[in-house]
Amino acid sequence: MTEFQELNHVDPPADLHHDDSIGVLQTSLSPKRMAAKRFVNHRAAFVSAIVLTMIIIFVVLSPITARYGINESIFKAEAGHPNQNLAPFNLAWFGTDSNGRDLYSRIIYGAQVSLMIGLFTAIGSVLLGTLVGGLAGYKGGWLDDILMRVTDIYLALPLLVVLVIVRGMLKNVDWVTAIMGDTSSVRFLVILLTVVGWMGVARLIRGQVKQLKEREFIEAARALGASSSRIMFRHLLPNSVGQIMVALTFAVVGAISAEATLSFFGFGPDAGSGMTSLGLLIRDSKKAVPPGYWWLVVFPGVFFIILSLCINFIGDGLRDAVDPKMQQEVK
Amino acid sequence: MTAPVVEVANLTKEFTVKSSHGLRVIRRTVHAVSDVSLTVPSGKTVGLVGESGSGKTTVGRCILRLIEPTAGSVKFQGTELVGLPAKDLRKLRRSMQIVFQDPYASLDPKMTIGASIAEPLQIQKVEGNHQDRVAELLELVGLAPDHARRFPHEFSGGQRQRVGVARALALNPSFIVLDEPVSALDVSIQAGVVNLLQDLQEQLGLSYLFIAHDLSVVRHISDSVAVMYLGKVVEVGPAEELYSASAHPYTRALLSAVPQADPIVERERQRIMLQGEVPSPINPPSGCRFRTRCPMAQEICSVEEPALIDRGQGHPVACHFAEAVAVTLGSNVSA
Amino acid sequence: MLRFIVRRLLWAIPTLFIVTFVVYCALRLATNPLASYARANPRVAKDPEKMAQYVETNGLWPGFSGYVRGYFVWLKGFVTGNWQVSIKGSRPVWPNLKIALVNTIRLGLLAVMVSIPIGLSLGIFAALKPGRLRDTAVNTGAIIGFSVQPFISAIILQLFFGVQWAKWFGEPLLPTSGLYPPGHQGFDPVLMLKYMILPVIVVSIQSIASYSRYMRASLLDVLNSDYLRTARSKGISERRVLVKHALRNAMIPIVTLAALDIGAIVGGLIISEAVFDYPGMGVFFLNAQSNGDFPELMPWMVIITSSVILFNLLADLAYAWLDPRIRLD
Ligand SMILES: Nc1ncnc2c1ncn2[C@@H]1O[C@H](COP(=O)(O)OP(=O)(O)O)[C@@H](O)[C@H]1O
Ligand SMILES: [Mg+2]
Repeated sequence: MTEFQELNHVDPPADLHHDDSIGVLQTSLSPKRMAAKRFVNHRAAFVSAIVLTMIIIFVVLSPITARYGINESIFKAEAGHPNQNLAPFNLAWFGTDSNGRDLYSRIIYGAQVSLMIGLFTAIGSVLLGTLVGGLAGYKGGWLDDILMRVTDIYLALPLLVVLVIVRGMLKNVDWVTAIMGDTSSVRFLVILLTVVGWMGVARLIRGQVKQLKEREFIEAARALGASSSRIMFRHLLPNSVGQIMVALTFAVVGAISAEATLSFFGFGPDAGSGMTSLGLLIRDSKKAVPPGYWWLVVFPGVFFIILSLCINFIGDGLRDAVDPKMQQEVK
Repeated sequence: MTAPVVEVANLTKEFTVKSSHGLRVIRRTVHAVSDVSLTVPSGKTVGLVGESGSGKTTVGRCILRLIEPTAGSVKFQGTELVGLPAKDLRKLRRSMQIVFQDPYASLDPKMTIGASIAEPLQIQKVEGNHQDRVAELLELVGLAPDHARRFPHEFSGGQRQRVGVARALALNPSFIVLDEPVSALDVSIQAGVVNLLQDLQEQLGLSYLFIAHDLSVVRHISDSVAVMYLGKVVEVGPAEELYSASAHPYTRALLSAVPQADPIVERERQRIMLQGEVPSPINPPSGCRFRTRCPMAQEICSVEEPALIDRGQGHPVACHFAEAVAVTLGSNVSA
Repeated sequence: MLRFIVRRLLWAIPTLFIVTFVVYCALRLATNPLASYARANPRVAKDPEKMAQYVETNGLWPGFSGYVRGYFVWLKGFVTGNWQVSIKGSRPVWPNLKIALVNTIRLGLLAVMVSIPIGLSLGIFAALKPGRLRDTAVNTGAIIGFSVQPFISAIILQLFFGVQWAKWFGEPLLPTSGLYPPGHQGFDPVLMLKYMILPVIVVSIQSIASYSRYMRASLLDVLNSDYLRTARSKGISERRVLVKHALRNAMIPIVTLAALDIGAIVGGLIISEAVFDYPGMGVFFLNAQSNGDFPELMPWMVIITSSVILFNLLADLAYAWLDPRIRLD
C-alpha cells in the first residue's frame, strides 16, 4: 500500500546545526501528519474512505455506470411479457420496480440526489453552525446561553416531529416560500434541513472554541493587543479545521438520513419525471413488502445502510484523528 | 530609587465558576487573589513564589489586564490600567509582555515560528522589515534565523520557550511577566533559559515579574521576592533576606524543600512537612488562610487575619507569631 | 432534598408556559387550523358567518396579539378539560390520545427494558479491555447500529419475518402489523407481546448503540481518573474498584443522558409504529398532522414536551442522589 507508506513516512529531523545545548532535536511528526496516520490506522475509517470514494465515482459517472435512463423501462412491456416487479436477472441486476425501471440504475440516480442534498445541507449547516458556535464559544455570555437553551430543547425533541413542524411553518409563510420555492423542491428540502441541522454543528464548534480559547497562544495574542476578529480568523478558525471537518462529515449523514426519513413519510422532494432519491426509493419499497418483492426492499435499504456506515466510520476516524484523547486513554 | 514600573495595590480577583449537572447550574466563587500589593522597580526582578493554585498566574494576568481584576489598582509606569479604554490599553501592550509556562501551548501549532514572532509586529503595525526583525530576534534568543520557517512541533520545549521570549521581546517592552518560564523544562536546560533571561535584562534594561513555584529558581535572578499562599501574599522582602531570615512558617516550609548544593548542609537539611492539602479557594479558611496546615497554629489564627506588616524582621510578614518562627523552627538551613 | 424538589417543580411551571406558548405558535403556523377546518368541512366553509364563529370559539385570530389571546383561550379550555374537538370528524381528542399514549408507553418501556441492560453491559464489556478486540467490536457494532435507520430495519424485518418466512415455512414467524389480530377483543398481554417484538427490536437497535457508547466513554473516564488511580494504588482490588467506585460514578452522566435521550426514543417509536401500524403516539401524530388537525396535535405536543421537562427533572434528582458531591442548595 503506497499511500500507507507515504503517510507513515517520517520527516527527517529538523536540521538544527545551530547549537542548541539546551534543546533536544525533535523528531516528532507534524500534527497534520500524526492525524493522517491515526486516520489510516483506524482501519474501518480507511476502508470506508475507499468504499465511499468508489460510490462517489460511480454516482458521478452515472452516464457510464447507469444502465438505463432515469425514467426508462428496461424493455417495452407486452402481453405475457411484463416488465414490472421483476426479480434480479441479467437485464436488471437489482430487479425492476413497479414501473418496469431498472432498480440498479435508479439507486445510482437516487444516490446522486441524496448525496447532493447531504452535501449542500452539510455545507450550509457547517457555515451557519461554525459562525454561531464560534461566536457563542468565544464570546460566551447571553449568546452562549441562548444557543445552549434552544439546542437543549431541540435535541430533546424527536427529529421527525421538529422537521415536520418546521416544514409546515416554512410552507405557510409567504415570503419564505418565495425564497425557498415549493415544498417539494430540492432547494426547499436543503434549506429546511439546514435550518434544523446547524444546531448540532454549532454545539460541536462551540465546545472546540471554548477549549481552544483557554490555550495560552490565544492569551498570548491578546497580550499583544490582537483584536477579536484576528483571534477568531487567524487562530481559532485554523485550529478548528479538524473539528469542522468532523462536523461536516456527520452533517452529511445527518442530512441524508433526515432526507430519507422525510421522504419515507411523504415529505420528500417531488418524484416528478422519474426523479428519485434514496429516501423515495425506500418509501416505494414499503409497498413491495406485502407482495414479497424482496429486491425492492433489500437493495435500496442495504445500499443506504452501507452509505451511512461509510460516512459514519469516516467521521469516527476523523474524530479520533483530530482529537486523540480517547485513543490515548486506550494507549 | 528609580520609579517603579508596576505598582499593584489591593488587587483582588474572584472567578465565578459554573458547573452544570444536567440542566442544573451551580455557581461558586473562587477567591483566586485577595488583596495583593506588589511593586516592581524599574530594571529589577521581583520573584513571585507559591504552590500551584496560589494565584500567581492570576496576579500576572491581572497586571497585564488579560483578565479584569475584581478590585484594586494596577499602575503601569504611572498609568492606571484598571478601567483604561481598550484603545489606550492596546498601545500600552507594546511595553508589557508575558512569557507563558507551557511552551507546548503558548505557540499556535498552525503558525510557523516566524509568523508567531512577527505577529506582534503586525498587530501593532510596526514599520520596517518584519523578516529582518524576526531574524534578529531569533539570534537574540540563541536560535538560528532559518528556524523561522519551521513549525512549533519541530522544536524542543527549551527552544519553544526561547521562541516565546523572542515574541515577547518583539515590541521592545520594558516589563515582562515570566510565568514559570522554566517549570515545564528539563532541569538540565532550565539554567540556559534563566541565563538568557538575565542577559537580556542587562542588555535591554528589562523589568521582570518572575513567577515560580519554588524558591530555588528565583533565588539568583530576583532582587526581591513575594511569597503567596492561597491568594494572599504572606511574606515579601529582599531576596537574600528572605533566604536568610524568613519569618513565615510557609516560607520556611518552601525553603526546607529546596535541596542544597553543599552535601553536608543537604544531609542536615530538615524538611518541614506540611500537613494536609491546600484548602479550596472556594472556601478559604477563616482568619489566617495558612492555619489549617501550619505547625504553629493557635486559637487566634482562626479568628484574626494577620496583617502583612513588619514585626521587627526588617520586612513585612503576615503571621501572628513571626517573632517566634525563628525560635520554634530553628534557623534557616540555607543561612 | 424536599426543598430542592419543590423548587425544581416550581421552576418547571414557567418553563411549561413558555414551551407550550412556543409550541402553540409553531403549530398554529404550521397547521393553519382554519384552513384545515375549511378543508374538512367544505359546506361550512362557504358560510362566512359559521367560519367567523369557529374563529371566535377557538381563538384563531390572526396576528401576534391574536396568537397570544388565542393561546389563553386554548390554555383555559385545556386546563378546565374543555378540549377543542378534532377537526376531522369533530370527535373529542382525549379518548383516542389516551389509547395511543398507553400503547406507546408499553412499547417504550419494553424497548427501554431491553436496550438499557444490553447497551450498558456492552459498554462495560468494551471499557474493561480498551483497545482490544472486544472494544473494537462493540464500537464497530455501535456505529453499524447508528447507521441502520429505523424505517429501513423495520421494513426489512417485516419482509423477512412476515412475508418471506410465510413463503418458506407456510406462516409468518411474527406478526408484522397492528397490536392484535384483526377483530380481536379484550386485553391479552401475551398476544400483544408477540406483536410488540419487531417494533421493539427496531427501536432498540439505535438505543443499544448509543447506550453502549455512552457507557464505554463514561466508564473509561472514571477508570482513568486520578481518584481511581489512587484507590488502586492503595491496593484496593480491581474488582472492588470496579463495582464500588467506577460503576457508580460512571452511571452519573448516563442517567442524564438517558433522560435527555427520550426524544430519540420517541423519534424511533414514531417511525417504528408507523411502519408496523402500531396504534400509538406516532401513528396518532402522523394522522393528525396529515389532516392539519391542530386540536389533536396541540395536546400531543404538550404531552411530549412535558415529558421531556419531567425527565429532565428526574435526571437532576437522580444525579443529585448518585453524586454525593452535589449539595442540594
Ligand atoms: N479562569 C478561571 N476560572 C476559575 N477559576 C480560576 C480561573 N483561573 C484560575 N482559577 C483558580 O484560581 C486559583 C489560582 O490559580 P492560578 O492563578 O492559576 O494559580 P497559580 O498560577 O499560582 O498556580 C486556582 O484555584 C484556580 O483554580
Ligand atoms: Mg500558574
